[in-house]
Parts: sequence; structure tokens; C-alpha cells
Amino acid sequence: MSPMQNSYLTQSGTRRGLLAWVLSTDHKRIGLLYLVSVLSFYTVGVLLGLLMRLELLTPGKTIVQASTYNAFFTLHGVIMIFLFVIPAIPAIFGNFFLPILIGAKDVAFPRLNLLSWYFYIGGAILVVTALFAGGGPPDTGWTFYVPYSLRSGTNVSLAVFAAFILGFSSILTGLNFVTTIHRMRAPGMRWMKMPLFVWSLYATAWVQILATPIVGITLLLVILERLFGVGLFDPAKGGDPILFEHLFWIYSHPAVYIMILPAMGIITEIIPVFARRTIFGYKAIAYSSIAIAALGSLVWGHHMFVSGQSYTANVIFSLLTFLVAIPSAIKVFNWVATLYKGAIDTAPPFLFALAFIFLFSIGGLTGLIQGALSVNVYVHDTYFVVGHFHYVMFGGTGFAFFGGLHYWFPKMFGRMYSKGRATVALLILFVGFNMLYFSMFLLGLQGMPRRYYDYLPEFHTGHVVATVGSWVLVAGLILMFANLLHALRKGEKAEDNPWGGKTLEWRIASPPPPENFEEVPVITSGAYDYGAR
Amino acid sequence: MSTALLEHRDDAGAKIGMWLFLLTELLLFGGLFVLYSVYRFRHPGEFHDGAMELNLILGSVNTLILLTSSFTMVLSIAFLRLVKRGASLLALAMTILLGLLFLVNKYFEWSAKINHGIFPNSPELLARSHGEILFFGLYYVMTGLHGLHVVIGVLLLSIVMVWMVRGKITPDRDIFLENAGLYWHLIDLIWIYLFPLFYLIT
Ligand SMILES: [Cu+2]
Repeated sequence: MSPMQNSYLTQSGTRRGLLAWVLSTDHKRIGLLYLVSVLSFYTVGVLLGLLMRLELLTPGKTIVQASTYNAFFTLHGVIMIFLFVIPAIPAIFGNFFLPILIGAKDVAFPRLNLLSWYFYIGGAILVVTALFAGGGPPDTGWTFYVPYSLRSGTNVSLAVFAAFILGFSSILTGLNFVTTIHRMRAPGMRWMKMPLFVWSLYATAWVQILATPIVGITLLLVILERLFGVGLFDPAKGGDPILFEHLFWIYSHPAVYIMILPAMGIITEIIPVFARRTIFGYKAIAYSSIAIAALGSLVWGHHMFVSGQSYTANVIFSLLTFLVAIPSAIKVFNWVATLYKGAIDTAPPFLFALAFIFLFSIGGLTGLIQGALSVNVYVHDTYFVVGHFHYVMFGGTGFAFFGGLHYWFPKMFGRMYSKGRATVALLILFVGFNMLYFSMFLLGLQGMPRRYYDYLPEFHTGHVVATVGSWVLVAGLILMFANLLHALRKGEKAEDNPWGGKTLEWRIASPPPPENFEEVPVITSGAYDYGAR
Repeated sequence: MSTALLEHRDDAGAKIGMWLFLLTELLLFGGLFVLYSVYRFRHPGEFHDGAMELNLILGSVNTLILLTSSFTMVLSIAFLRLVKRGASLLALAMTILLGLLFLVNKYFEWSAKINHGIFPNSPELLARSHGEILFFGLYYVMTGLHGLHVVIGVLLLSIVMVWMVRGKITPDRDIFLENAGLYWHLIDLIWIYLFPLFYLIT
């Protein structure tokens, strides 16, 4: 059998069936394991979100009790953040493509990589258990703020422990990627020749390594408080809840960059390929990833402007928050500049990238609005905040993830989907998304507080538009995934390089052979050599 | 999977991975050190009183034990490089024993405190000032987490010892022993900070 016909999907090893997958240390198979598990939990998260929107269709009770609603938003947050947005791009596309993009056979620690997936699944099982076990689903919100999280009778300890385990999984992935990028690059793959997705994964991996342990210890302390009543966060015993908020956000703000940096990396891969043009400002984009990772770790206090921290701290955190917008803006500028005079191919991955730029820019700019101290007091804990982070996390990371899925789908599975249907799905998604989340900005400015079960009559119109938007959005999601699932079985065979990409994954077969490369590639040209235009 | 992949070996890479892991461990404890600094700053007097109550002798003995165990750990690696497998194994066994001794010592120290009614959420402790509740809370959490690391370290060194007996670790393939040693030194290093913070600064 020629190596061209032998792919990682069909390779025959010593094990058969499902075991050949769940015991595989091949980075591509692990990537697919993550793809299936992450998308399963994403479905659960979407359903919870849909139910929340349905509940808010009318004031007062629509379908569930207030306490159930509290459980809905907590689990929606925990699942979406820890099980979808954080692992989605690094664990799926990072695992699958990082080694290929740098010309390696695998990551530095393949077995550790598999272990990370098991930690992910273990954490996910704990989250699901927290849903059904004794005390009932947690109702604290995904931030687990003390002192309520110490008092709530629901399964908070279980959910917190799940987040701790998931953090472990994230750390191990980061550690693996940093080592891989330092040690496994093919000959000639110098740092400034690396594809920019690799740069963004590198910056992300450092944030995963440096920030996650802080939330690890914080969550551990919450569990210890609940078990033994130590008192470190309990005001009745001298503890300070504000310190919990500090420790929590020292991780959880940088976590936002764990979520968005890899997304930016995908966009940076897509734009030059479909504009047939060398990326504008390679170095600026590479260094801005590092700058975002560094500056982003110094702005956590902007979540605490109304918590009672010192005014000096507020001013400093506000200033730093404005600064961190600069490297993001550099990226947006460079993407748009790359398009200028390009020969643009409006294929689905490119349209997703455009949607990303549009939605992420709105998300980023509304972030600046909240970074201003006086405005923050007004919009704090309102729907404005909810709208903002959904524009960044869903409009940003979510759309980039879908874009990456459409970009690399033919490479991963060797089949092509219907481009027409994918484009229609994107349009529906885009309309539904803006209906759902733009109304949240308006609701927030009107004064609708977040996490409330009930609301005043004047907010009704906004909530109706948002709920209808959620139905449109889900219709788009269904069409998009149906299209991909259909292509998995019935799609046309994809070429090795359907988009005309210049990075290494397009030089090997679709789907890739088990060992990625027949011989170690030697890199002589840059990743985006389309020539000057 | 091809044999080429199985034989892939990169000791420098393995070491980078280990150092990165140690960095995450430091940051894990870092969160606790932040809490310690803030609470100490707020309650200097009570932290002083709390430290006076800890058993300086037991603390010093444990410091000595851990420092010695780091030394035997280094010896184990050095002997292996000199192809003296027996001596290397002996030094490793010493390290494990010293680790266990540390835990025994810790057990007596903690039980003495608990017998005096000083433990988290105990009526005796809750009757005291906020600063002292926090001091002993931190004492139990930080030395407890450190003790947990000693347990993990002892287990890790035991596994390494089995591997060494089975010939999986050899003079030119000593990365497992070296990485386990790095982990052990980290445990030692963290104690070097915990000891003065709880026992000496009175
Ligand atoms: Cu933030």
C-alpha cells in the first residue's frame, strides 16, 4: 500500500476499534478526541443558553423556577468557559496542526498529551456529576465568588474540583506546546519563519503555564474552606473576600487571552491564504501576541472597580486596560492591511474570518468602554458586560473556531463540504448572533442587571429580540454542523491543497499520513510567500 | 506506531518540560504566599504570637532532614554518573527514608497542635483573634500542601527506584532520576521559605 492511501484515520495498529483512539498517542487522533468531546459539551452549553433565553422571554416565570435559572447560568458559564472556549482551539487545532506546522512528527510529550485529554474528560465527568448529584447543581455563577460559594448548599465543591482538574489539563497542554515549539522545529524553521498560528499558540501556552496555577490554588482553597472552615476568605474569621476576587481574576483575566490568542492565530492563517497576499507586518503580529500575553496579566483589577479596592489601584488597572487594547488593534490593522489589493477568494473560511474581525472589534471596543472608570460604575454587572464578553468569546473565539473548522476540515478528513450551505449557515449565524447579543448592549445601557431571573416591563422588547435571536443563531449552528457531518460521509474527496495555502500542512496528503511527513521537511521560504503585489 | 517514534528521545526537552512544571508548582504556592503577606501585613502582632506557639525544635529538625535529603538526592545522581549503581540506589533509599521521617515528624507536630484544640474551625481557635485564626489557617494549609508534595515526592522517588532496579534507568539514561531529583529539590526549596515564615520570624 502506498503511503498516500494510508492516513491517520485508517492506520492499523495493534489495537482495534475505539481503543485504537482512546489509547492513541498520535497528536492528530488526540486532536479528534478533543474535537468530539469539546463539541459534545458545547452542545450541552448551547442548550443551557437556549433554555436561559427561553426563560427570559417573558417577565416572571416562563418555564423554570428562579433557583433552576441560577443553576442554568452557572453551568452554562462553567461548561462554555472550561469545557469549550479554553480548550477548543489549542487542544483541537493546536494538537492537530502545531506539529505539522513546524514540520514535526508529534508533540514533545505524546503520552502526557493523551493524559491531558483524560484529565479533560475526568473534569467534564465531574461537571456532569455536579449537575445531578445530591445537593443539586451549583448556583454561584462560574466565578464562584466567596462568601456565597462557601455557604451555598449546592454541589459547589464538586464543580470547583472539576475546574481544578480541567486547569491541570490546560497546564499540561501548555507545557507540552512550549517544549514542542522549542525543541521540535524542522531544520530551517527559524522563529521568524514560524506560521503565526504557532506564535499565538506559544504565547497562549505561556499564559496557561503561568496563570492557571493561581486559579488552581484559589479553587483548592474554596474546597478547603467548605470542608474545614479554615477562614482565609471568610470575613467572620478575619478572611478577606476581596483577596479571593484578586486571586480569581489574576488567572481569569489572562484566561481571556488563552481563549482569544489562538483565535487570532487562526484568523492570521486564513486571511493571507484567501487574499493571496503575504501577511502584512509578520513581526508586529508575532510580537503583539507576546505583548498581549504579558500586558494581559496586569489588568485583572478591571473586574473589581466597584469591589472596594483602592482608588489608586482602580486608576492603574484602568490605564493598563487601555494599553492592552493596543496590541489587539495592531493585529486588526494588519489583517485589514493584508486584504488591501489582495485577490480575494470569498470561500467560507474567509467569510468566517471577516465576521470575526467585525464582531471582535465590537467586543474589543465595548471592552474599552468598560475600562473607563466612571462608565464602568454605570454598566457594571449589567447586560452590557454580558453582551461584551459574548462578542469577544463567541463572536471572536467561537467564529474563529468555526472558521478554523471550515479551513482545516478538508485537511483533517479528506472531504469537502458544501461551500454554499456553509455560507448560508454563516449568514444565519451572523444575523442571529447580532440580534441576540447586540440587544444585550442596549438592555445593559437601559439598566438591566445580569443574572436576574425577572425584569421590569420596560426591558421586555429587548429580551424578546434576544430570545428570537437565540433561535436564529441555533438554526445557523444546526445547518452548519449538519453540513459538515454530511460532508464527513458524502462529501467530495478534498485535494491536498484546496485553498492554495503555503504552510506545511498543505504540502502533505489529505487526510495526513500517520507520520505526517515521509521525510523531515527542510524549510527554505516563509509561511506566507505569495510574492509582492 | 513506528519504532522510530518510540525511540524518539530528547533529554533536553524532557528537562525543559520539568522546569516548566516546577514553575507551575512555584506559582501554586505563590498564591498562598500572597495571602500570607497580606494577612501578615494586616496582623503583625497576632502573627508574632502565633509563631511563638509553634515548636521551633521540631521545625528545625525537619529543616535539617529535608536539607540532608536534598544532599543524598544529589549523591544518588552523582553515583549513577560514576556508574556506581549500588551506591546510587543506597543514596536514593536514604532520600526516601528521610522524606518519610519528615512526614512522621510532621505528624507528631500536627497532632500535638490538634490535641491542644488548635485546628481549623475548632472552638478553641475561633475564640482567638482574627489574626491568629488566619495564622493557624495558613499554617495548616501551607504546611499541609507542602506535606502532600512530600508524599507525592516519596512516591515518585520510589517509582524511580523500582525503575533503576529493573535497569530502566542507566548512567546514560538518567533523565528520570534527574527530573525526580529536581522535583525533590523544589519541595526542599519551598520548605526553606515556609520554615522562617512560620517558625523563625517571631
Ligand atoms: Cu478582564
